[in-house]
Amino acid sequence: MNSPTPPETPPLLEARGLAYLRNDEPIFGPLSFRLDAGDVVLMEGDNGSGKTTLLKVLSGLLPPGAGEVLLNGEPLTLARLSHQVALLGHLLGVKGELSPLQNLRFAIGLGGLRPGITPYHALKSVGLEGYEDLPLRQLSAGQKKRVALARLLLVPAALWLLDEPYANLDREGITLVNRLLELHALRGGAALITSHGAYAYTSGTPRRIRLDAVDREFAA
Amino acid sequence: MNPLVLWFHKLGSPPYFYRLAGRLLPWLWGLGLISLAVGLYGGLVLAPSDYQQSDAFRIIYVHVPSAWMSLFIYGFMALNGFIALIWRIKLSETLAMAAAPIGAAFTFICLATGSLWGKPMWGTWWTWDARLTSELVLLFLYFGVMGLYQAIEDRRQASRAAAFLALVGIVNLPIVHFSVNWWNTLHQGSTVRLFGPSLIDSRMLWPLLIMAIATKFLFAASLLSRARVDLLELEAGKDWARQVALADGDAA
Amino acid sequence: MSYGTSFSACRALFVRDFSLVWRRRGDALNPVLFAVMVVVLFPFALGPEPNALARISAGTVLVALLLAGLLSLDALFRSDFEDGSLEQLVLSPHPLPLLLACKIAVHWLTTALPLLLVAPLLGELLYLPRSELPVLLAALALSTPLLSLIGAVCVALTVGMRRSGMLLALLVLPLYVPVLIFAAGACNAAGQGLPVLAPLLWLGAGLALTLVLAPLACAAALRISLS
Repeated sequence: MNSPTPPETPPLLEARGLAYLRNDEPIFGPLSFRLDAGDVVLMEGDNGSGKTTLLKVLSGLLPPGAGEVLLNGEPLTLARLSHQVALLGHLLGVKGELSPLQNLRFAIGLGGLRPGITPYHALKSVGLEGYEDLPLRQLSAGQKKRVALARLLLVPAALWLLDEPYANLDREGITLVNRLLELHALRGGAALITSHGAYAYTSGTPRRIRLDAVDREFAA
Repeated sequence: MNPLVLWFHKLGSPPYFYRLAGRLLPWLWGLGLISLAVGLYGGLVLAPSDYQQSDAFRIIYVHVPSAWMSLFIYGFMALNGFIALIWRIKLSETLAMAAAPIGAAFTFICLATGSLWGKPMWGTWWTWDARLTSELVLLFLYFGVMGLYQAIEDRRQASRAAAFLALVGIVNLPIVHFSVNWWNTLHQGSTVRLFGPSLIDSRMLWPLLIMAIATKFLFAASLLSRARVDLLELEAGKDWARQVALADGDAA
Repeated sequence: MSYGTSFSACRALFVRDFSLVWRRRGDALNPVLFAVMVVVLFPFALGPEPNALARISAGTVLVALLLAGLLSLDALFRSDFEDGSLEQLVLSPHPLPLLLACKIAVHWLTTALPLLLVAPLLGELLYLPRSELPVLLAALALSTPLLSLIGAVCVALTVGMRRSGMLLALLVLPLYVPVLIFAAGACNAAGQGLPVLAPLLWLGAGLALTLVLAPLACAAALRISLS
């Protein structure tokens, strides 16, 4: 396909007819939507509606059963992963034996570093000042989640894919997540959050996509 | 599109394959059993006995075709595994995994007959002969593939992982064969060959060839029977599978 | 904006995996203890007669180290899989085979290298002839990385399973046969005063080939397991 010069910049993330099949049973989709810079989109759905699977497909971890994922207009596959995408899953991807600092340094090595921020800053902004050198297994579940959130602040990813970011967090933590999302959107990032609906992104009115609503177009 | 490519596409669709295999199966079983009977009669009754090994040599009519099949089926399994991994064709996944137990069975028959033959010839049930040892490792490779396939819950992921292992195995197989040969010459002198191509009489040869054909047919028949069942199970939710089940229910 | 190079990603992985091993340095001794105990069992089973033990010493040490390596393999990806680090590793845009090669290297350095260091002691316990010791060490130095690399491919295939220990042995051991044959062959040849270079060169060739192919295969296997 050679489209004539596009009138606008391609969206940060675009899903075209995206579906995932497990043993030929559709887990979700087909789903089409786009995320532009500054968008925070809430992906709603009941348990088992395929929210986690969707995030894995969008991040490139799972190959889609149908359709495609475009990142800045280019296809995203396992063979072509991008520094632009950061995934925060159910499993946080942090090591219990290591301190928050050690965990963050590893994340920077793997994912790169956003200019103008240090691991200390990031830990301070998620409220973990003073915990820098404590092994993670001595922290609470919510504090571990904050370490994982600090990782998002550090790596230079424009697209955040967050799976149930509000789980395990207290009221203060929920406000923190919302504040981080707001900041990220203001800086030209975008985020896709899943939630089963108990907590929600409260700043402004985020776009919502219901995952169980199959075959609906959400073109902006 | 090329008609051959089209035919492959059609063959790859489970309902079409299921029907085609159903039509072929009686023929395959029939041909397999008839050639088995002819081959066994020729080998066990008609062929003259060996001047050196007398009647003990007759076990080659089972042993040698099984040995050939053990390698042939591993190759078949790996080839289908390769197709399954590259093009994600469900039929190839099913065929590869359906072939594994059949291949293991042939390998076991080859080992058992080799060991039975060893008793009168070498005086022991087992000898670390290079060929027998390679066959033993081959049996373990089959077990690995089957074990991995059983251990993973998601059927399609299981067959992909097992197919990958089969591919690793086929890279390893020549290395095993080479190393075992090397090891064998290091530790003992030349072994008695069960079957040397130069010293075989044509009256001994034809039943062997018939048996080789019989095992191919039996493998094909067994493979298609297994693959049909596996496909039904895999596609249990699909319309065609439901129709098949309903039709079977009506017939019963 | 700095995305970091693949080199810095590998360095970060080295630093992290070494710190993890350091945090659990007690566990790192387990394979060594296991190998020592396996070797100690042999005189009990066969009798303490030096000639009998010397005959089987090289082979026994090889098998004991092979089994110890097999036991430690299971841990290669387990904790990374359980806490989600493996997902982050696979999602990193750096070449996955390269990252996995680093992980395998750390695993070899922290499990196989200590085994290599106790090998002379194990040989001494079984009256290993002095002439065979250098050959045994050379064979081990070439074969243990081979075992780690081949093993890593199989571990990658079983990574999602809860109890994979026995299955892993079933998958790995047939693939280990050629390595064992050449390593033991070199030691036997040394014992009989025959040239030892050929089997060692075969091992070296195998290692060179596996060093390239195994990380690629490992990455492919891991992606199958994670899908």
